[in-house]
Amino acid sequence: MEKDKKTGIGGKVILGITALFFYLPILYIIVFSFNDSRSLTKFSGFSLRWYEKMFADRTMMEAVVYTVVIAVLATVVSTIVGTLAAIGLSRSRRALRNVVEQVNNLPIMNPEIVTAIGLLMFFSAIGIAKGFATLLLAHIMFCTPYVILSVSPKLRSLDPNLADAALDLGATPVQALTKVIVPQIMPGIISGALIAFTMSFDDFIISYFVTGNGVNNISILVYTMSKRVNPSINALSTLVIVLITVALLIVNLIPFMRERRRKSI
Amino acid sequence: MRQFRSMVYPYVLWIAIMIVVPMLMILLYAFTKEGNSVTTFRFTLENFGRFFRDAVFLDVLKRSLVIAVFTTVVCVLLGYPIAYVIASGPEKSSVFWILMITIPTWINMLVRTYAWVGILQDDGLLNHLLGLLGIGPFHIMYTTFAVVLGMVYNFIPFMILQIHTSLAKMDKSLLEAANDLGANRLQTFLRVTLPLSLPGVLSGITLVFLPAVSSFFIPKLLGGGQYVLIGNVIETQFLTSGDWNFGSAISLIMAIIIMLSMYLTRKVDTDPAANGRRE
Repeated sequence: MEKDKKTGIGGKVILGITALFFYLPILYIIVFSFNDSRSLTKFSGFSLRWYEKMFADRTMMEAVVYTVVIAVLATVVSTIVGTLAAIGLSRSRRALRNVVEQVNNLPIMNPEIVTAIGLLMFFSAIGIAKGFATLLLAHIMFCTPYVILSVSPKLRSLDPNLADAALDLGATPVQALTKVIVPQIMPGIISGALIAFTMSFDDFIISYFVTGNGVNNISILVYTMSKRVNPSINALSTLVIVLITVALLIVNLIPFMRERRRKSI
Repeated sequence: MRQFRSMVYPYVLWIAIMIVVPMLMILLYAFTKEGNSVTTFRFTLENFGRFFRDAVFLDVLKRSLVIAVFTTVVCVLLGYPIAYVIASGPEKSSVFWILMITIPTWINMLVRTYAWVGILQDDGLLNHLLGLLGIGPFHIMYTTFAVVLGMVYNFIPFMILQIHTSLAKMDKSLLEAANDLGANRLQTFLRVTLPLSLPGVLSGITLVFLPAVSSFFIPKLLGGGQYVLIGNVIETQFLTSGDWNFGSAISLIMAIIIMLSMYLTRKVDTDPAANGRRE
């Protein structure tokens, strides 16, 4: 906003403190995952013992597997369902569209704990046993609205005549869908899938309420284990941090690298 | 245009079952009590009466609101300067800093909250750093300060991102115009920048207040088992006491408070007088 467009010394100090505030706790937990002792406050030497313990711990490894499997399944299902619903929605009557959009926003606008208890009572009423199935259904339920929110703007800027033209030229509806519409809205689908994956991967509150019978994800495990000192949580946390950061860097760097390659050609 | 329209119908069915029915169940449970041998349940306002008659629950509600408001105010006061500095820097550094602010929000909240446990201990990193400055040590863990700190840490990115968006969208020529018309930097900020960024501040307030009021793992991890906020009461009703009727009523009370505060925030946003836009 200033003419010279340079961050002054005061601004640099603010940004420095901000970076410290955001990343110090993350670094702290990574450093202490390599601590030789049980202490959370005194670093007594480098060791990999908490990682060994983590990989040997069956509940921890199961939680990692459940988290990844649920996140992948929920992402695939909610991306497909959300994309199809968004396309259908873009061609629906205004009244229906308004209602669906309002209901779709409920899980996003409601406090998570409210969504969670609603699902808990619903699953219990229809008699599904708490566990993998309820966890997966719940994750699909809260991920899909984000996919729709991310795909819909792309559909609004899409020329509706394109699909009609394809149909007039003899394409089947499926061909018109997969060869004309979907490629045009691909960026929205990809960012929707990414949001769905991280929402599912990181979810705690809804999962905590709807799961049971020993099916835990990483968040639930961290919550229940944090009641007493257990440095394996640091190792598990580090694993989560590294996985998500690498995924984010890849996603953020791909468009950047593509741009670069295009420029160098 | 008619093609593909039917693709929305399965989803309509799905949200009716998975979103609408659970919400209706909360309403049903909140206004009923388990019945006797004649009826399976009966309608009552008893669940709400129990909440509002009990000083303990009212105290918890009050504390939750105070902490949420306090967290929101801190997020505005700290988040605004940060967003301002990011928005006023060169384009490339803005992109970089926005990424820096965004990355932590993608990392598991529980993990990031747990990370503070070691830092805030009596012999932890923060007290060591304060000791170097000759202050402390303080008892920080399991205090209101720790809970607010945890909430600010988790929710301030939403505030910064919202304010930054509205600052970045602002028409820069307005600032030059203000400057040409003889306004100094403070006047320009107060009369032009601040009013134009208010929508960002308001949506930031909603995004911070909502999770802050309903949070239950931050008070548990950083405030300890004795530190009870409204979210913890709901958790107990559903997962320990098993009183779903009472738990539903409390959730409904919380949801109504949140809706009211969002409505008020939105009203400020659309009210030109309160928004500082003058003719």
